[in-house]
Amino acid sequence: MSNDRRMSAPGQLQEGDEFATSGLVTPELPDTPLAELAAQHGLRPSAERPPVVAYIRHLWQRRHFIMAFATARNIAMYTEARLGQVWQVLTPLLNAGVYFLIFGLLLHINRGIPNYLGFLVTGVFVFNFTQRAFISTSTVVTESLPLIRALHFPRAALPLAYVMIELQQMVLSIVVLAVIVVCTGEPITWYWLLVIPALLLQTIFNVGAGLATARLGSNVNDFSQLLPFLMRTWLYVSGVLFQISTLDIARKWVALLQINPAAIYITLIREALLTTQRQSQPGAMPYNALKCAQWHRTKNPLDWSAYCAPVTNPAHYWYYAIAWAVLALVVGFFFFWRAEAKYGRG
Amino acid sequence: MAAAEQPMVIADDLHIVYRVFGAGGDKGTAATALLRIMGRKTRGSIREVHAIRGVSFIAYSGDAVGVIGRNGSGKTTLLRAIAGLLPPEQGNVYINGEAALLGVNAALLDDLTGERNVVLGCLAMGMSKAETKEKFPSIVDFSGVGDFIDLPMKAYSSGMGSRLRFAIAASKSQDILLVDEALATGDAEFRVKSHARIQELRKDAGTVFLVAHNLEEVEQTCNRVIWMERGKIVTQGEDVIGIIDRYIEASGGTPVDRDPVTGKRIHTRVPAKT
Repeated sequence: MSNDRRMSAPGQLQEGDEFATSGLVTPELPDTPLAELAAQHGLRPSAERPPVVAYIRHLWQRRHFIMAFATARNIAMYTEARLGQVWQVLTPLLNAGVYFLIFGLLLHINRGIPNYLGFLVTGVFVFNFTQRAFISTSTVVTESLPLIRALHFPRAALPLAYVMIELQQMVLSIVVLAVIVVCTGEPITWYWLLVIPALLLQTIFNVGAGLATARLGSNVNDFSQLLPFLMRTWLYVSGVLFQISTLDIARKWVALLQINPAAIYITLIREALLTTQRQSQPGAMPYNALKCAQWHRTKNPLDWSAYCAPVTNPAHYWYYAIAWAVLALVVGFFFFWRAEAKYGRG
Repeated sequence: MAAAEQPMVIADDLHIVYRVFGAGGDKGTAATALLRIMGRKTRGSIREVHAIRGVSFIAYSGDAVGVIGRNGSGKTTLLRAIAGLLPPEQGNVYINGEAALLGVNAALLDDLTGERNVVLGCLAMGMSKAETKEKFPSIVDFSGVGDFIDLPMKAYSSGMGSRLRFAIAASKSQDILLVDEALATGDAEFRVKSHARIQELRKDAGTVFLVAHNLEEVEQTCNRVIWMERGKIVTQGEDVIGIIDRYIEASGGTPVDRDPVTGKRIHTRVPAKT
């Protein structure tokens, strides 16, 4: 190779070769430090992080991009499958089918909960929304590196778009969920409308948390490997499979588990959709020590759990839901924004 | 001479480092993983690639700067840094206004149709929905991909892909235009079209950077040249022809025959072997 001297375009150079630079000294750089010169002429660093307000404005400008990107990704996700976007509806249906098979037909478990199947499926669907938002945003920066390195746009648009994809999926899941819930014998009530604000708050929470996971996943590769285990732990402590209030642990731990964001959003949506849940929540009926004790002993009748005293006040759940959403959004946004100029490095 | 002109791009002792995960052959084994976890060997598999090592230059408005050098000398990295797409490790790049990068492997979303890529590209560059709609026909027309526009981009030939990407990126006029081999894969007709578009953009843009392995193209379009090797500038200046000739010499190529007065290339026809 090295004696192939007929190449006219870049050829082979020996390692360690120095170049014939004598006589080609560059005369052009001025004496003033370049940084000062740049400032004098109004030049700005190319990889500069814009101030927060400008950043939010840019992000708002790209709102159509965010929606278009979300839709496009969503379509691309299913193009390989023959059934295409039908999978968007099929996935939650199959999910529900699995739980029906195991908990509805095989095991007759109720863990002291009326309409356990409805309770379980609601919990799984709501938790799934947050879980998928976390897991998909953790890889968004590495997945989109070509796009990041090709075009200039506020990077927060990417995790935002991914959460929008999950929201779209969640809305479809909610429709499926509504059908299932009615099939399990729950009446349709005005309380159902409360699903909308609850879902909205959960989405805001997911956006904030998704921004944070997007940054964590962008430079710590191990994070996205660890995340599924963290999410599973979170699932088990958030009362998806059981009622947190029935746990046999100290009251302060029960309270802590009950106000964790996943549990809050799950509880709010359960109480909106499931009349049985609303009526059997501890605190739904005036405290009655005898009835509560009987429920603890025999779990019968199922809805007598309502006569027990609640550990955390259910009237405060909406405040917690708002607080978590705002906290996650503010912290997540600042956390993501601070590394804005670093995402292309990969 | 340059004092009165407006600098558009200033690189001040610029360093760019890529961090590559999973380099080296020691990743998957349980023993190395254990060592990592035990903290005795932290992050053994990250390798740093120092792609740009202390580059300084100034480019003024109206300049067309050619960047030449071997593969892997840091030309593409330099353009990405100017575009603000790669954060500097040390030093900085300062730009006046906005920079747009036209690259070959500036892949958008491969599994989406050309149509969607056009829309997404325009929206990502900050165009409004109406603007995107307005520009759409001209972009598709310019790219010349025709009926392929509603096929996923992974079905495109590399030439078609780069034509569409060029068409998208060139649809918006920018202050600084960075062209990274964007024209290399196009056919002759597209080359003529894109050349005209570059000259047009250069008029509004002020400064153009051109990375090309076709040295004749650099000679024709550029008034300044930066020659890079292994992340450093070997030389730079307005003596385009002199630098290119030296570059060819250093690469071991045959010297170019030039007209002694104009410096233009003399193309002698190579006699066909019989």
